[in-house]
Amino acid sequence: MELLYSITVGTLTACSVFLILRGRSFPIVIGITMLSYAVNLFLFSTGRLVINELPLIGQSQTPTDPLPQALVLTAIVIGFAMTAYSIILAVRVRGEIGSDEVNDPNYSASEGQRS
Amino acid sequence: MISQHLTIFPILIPMLAALIQLLPLGDHPQRIRRAIGLTSCTLLILVSVYLLVETSSGAVTSYALGSWQAPFGIVLVLDRLSALMILLTSVLALPVLIFACFGEDNLGSHFQALYQFQLMGIIGAFLTGDLFNLFVFFEVLLISSYALLMHGGGKLKLRATLHYVLLNLTGSAIFLISLGVLYGITGTLNMADMANKVAALTGDEALIARAGGLLLLIVFGLKAALLPLYFWLPQAYAMTTGTVAALFAIMTKVGVYAIIRVFTLIFGDHAGEAAMLGYDWLWWLGLGTLAIGGIGVLGSRDLRLIISYLVVISVGTLLTTFSMANAQAIAAVIYYTLHSTLITGALFLLADVIAEQRGKTASRVVKGRKMAQHATLGVLFFVAAIAIIGLPPLSGFVGKLFILEAARTGAQVALLWPLVLFSTFLIMIALTRAGSRMFWHTFDGKPNDVSHPGLQLASIGVLIGASLALTIFAEPVAQFSKDIAAQLLQPTDYISTVLEHERGNHE
Repeated sequence: MELLYSITVGTLTACSVFLILRGRSFPIVIGITMLSYAVNLFLFSTGRLVINELPLIGQSQTPTDPLPQALVLTAIVIGFAMTAYSIILAVRVRGEIGSDEVNDPNYSASEGQRS
Repeated sequence: MISQHLTIFPILIPMLAALIQLLPLGDHPQRIRRAIGLTSCTLLILVSVYLLVETSSGAVTSYALGSWQAPFGIVLVLDRLSALMILLTSVLALPVLIFACFGEDNLGSHFQALYQFQLMGIIGAFLTGDLFNLFVFFEVLLISSYALLMHGGGKLKLRATLHYVLLNLTGSAIFLISLGVLYGITGTLNMADMANKVAALTGDEALIARAGGLLLLIVFGLKAALLPLYFWLPQAYAMTTGTVAALFAIMTKVGVYAIIRVFTLIFGDHAGEAAMLGYDWLWWLGLGTLAIGGIGVLGSRDLRLIISYLVVISVGTLLTTFSMANAQAIAAVIYYTLHSTLITGALFLLADVIAEQRGKTASRVVKGRKMAQHATLGVLFFVAAIAIIGLPPLSGFVGKLFILEAARTGAQVALLWPLVLFSTFLIMIALTRAGSRMFWHTFDGKPNDVSHPGLQLASIGVLIGASLALTIFAEPVAQFSKDIAAQLLQPTDYISTVLEHERGNHE
């Protein structure tokens, strides 16, 4: 189980890093979403993987750790809001600049000028 | 009764202020919102002065939220360093907010509320004693900074914000991974408890904890704008409005604070196999940041960009000095943090005023029209430039003197002295060039007729005046910085205060 789990997290992370390094905003946003999935899974595993147990001490020999579950919940909420914000921002950039390139090809011409 | 709960007030005041500011407040909501914002900032200064006086004896206060005791509950911990950083934040926040109330807050919606949320996040990061809580407060300050950075709109601002948001989202993911690694090994997220647990680790577990600690260094380095992670900063700070940039002068210092806190408390001298983690990285990267910042200052063709690179230089100076890890070095870091935050804040506001009064040429370093308040602005710029360059007699000189004195060994002196002094020289060239182009090489003829109200200039004056105060009261401030350094290097007090409740309950 640990092997399958770590392969899943690793694959997700690798794919997300590939996507984040792309030059256009949409793949980057998708990559960041995938990275947050990978992180959530990773956080979940920090309490050690236990199957079919309650997060209560005294009920069994190997109770699960409730804290990572709480952490993941917080991380999911924050990650969700951030994804929503970055999608809106990417759409605004696409609309106002007319291109979804993250870097400005004509950067030096516009240096230091505010519009 | 109430003094027992004062520790949490610096977080509650801006939060409540922001919540009230979000309400629909009649026909002229902006006027009421401004009043609430200014009241909140004034209250913050009063509370933080009280807290600073209380901690000056060396007492560490631990405040258990909801009375859930550490290490199981979340605690706020107030020691000398956090009290001083809160005071610094509120002293910066009030003049900047006064400046913003003259129309700049009308450029976009909810500036006032976002400003208070931003303060709440920054102060929360200074106060918390829990690593996951630190992450949450980082997110609070980031979310409001994303919105503030866009304040006023515009294409270039949008693109800079996109870079900033995407980088920081990735940074947050790395933060969570490092928290997961550290929690998986130590089984705690409370910083004091983790310091004890990390010190007891051996072998492979210590190695994993070291990996987690270095991941944290990456995250804090991104916030602080350390060498390979600083590229977002110049664009973001140069594109946004002056008030937001001035407030953001404290943001990089949040990263520096987090590095100081975590790498003295958890990975400090006492941390067993994980001791002195990352200090050599900080030394070299800090020196690199200094060098790159100096080149950036010299290569910038815009006053805002110059000031942004000054922020990069100050971060490089601070982290290099911190990595020497002796008491004098940490004291110097604290003194220099106070000085550089306030002066860069003042310079960002000043650049905004200069840009508006020059009209078409804005803040570009080129020949332009005369400004309406030419003489006043000239004097303000001159004094601020002297302070930030580090010429005597102002606080920059005192701060740099402390930093140079802190270098002990030959290798430290051989690298730190030339880089700090040469970057000072580069800043001097860049600011002299900018100043003489903008104030002396003006076109003949009528000055531009855009002028600014006295109160706006006064708020810049207050920030610059703080540099003067830091010079006059250099002795007590330096003494207090030394006390802070002593407290940071002896974290046993901090740890025992946070964890004592737990022991009390068991006995």
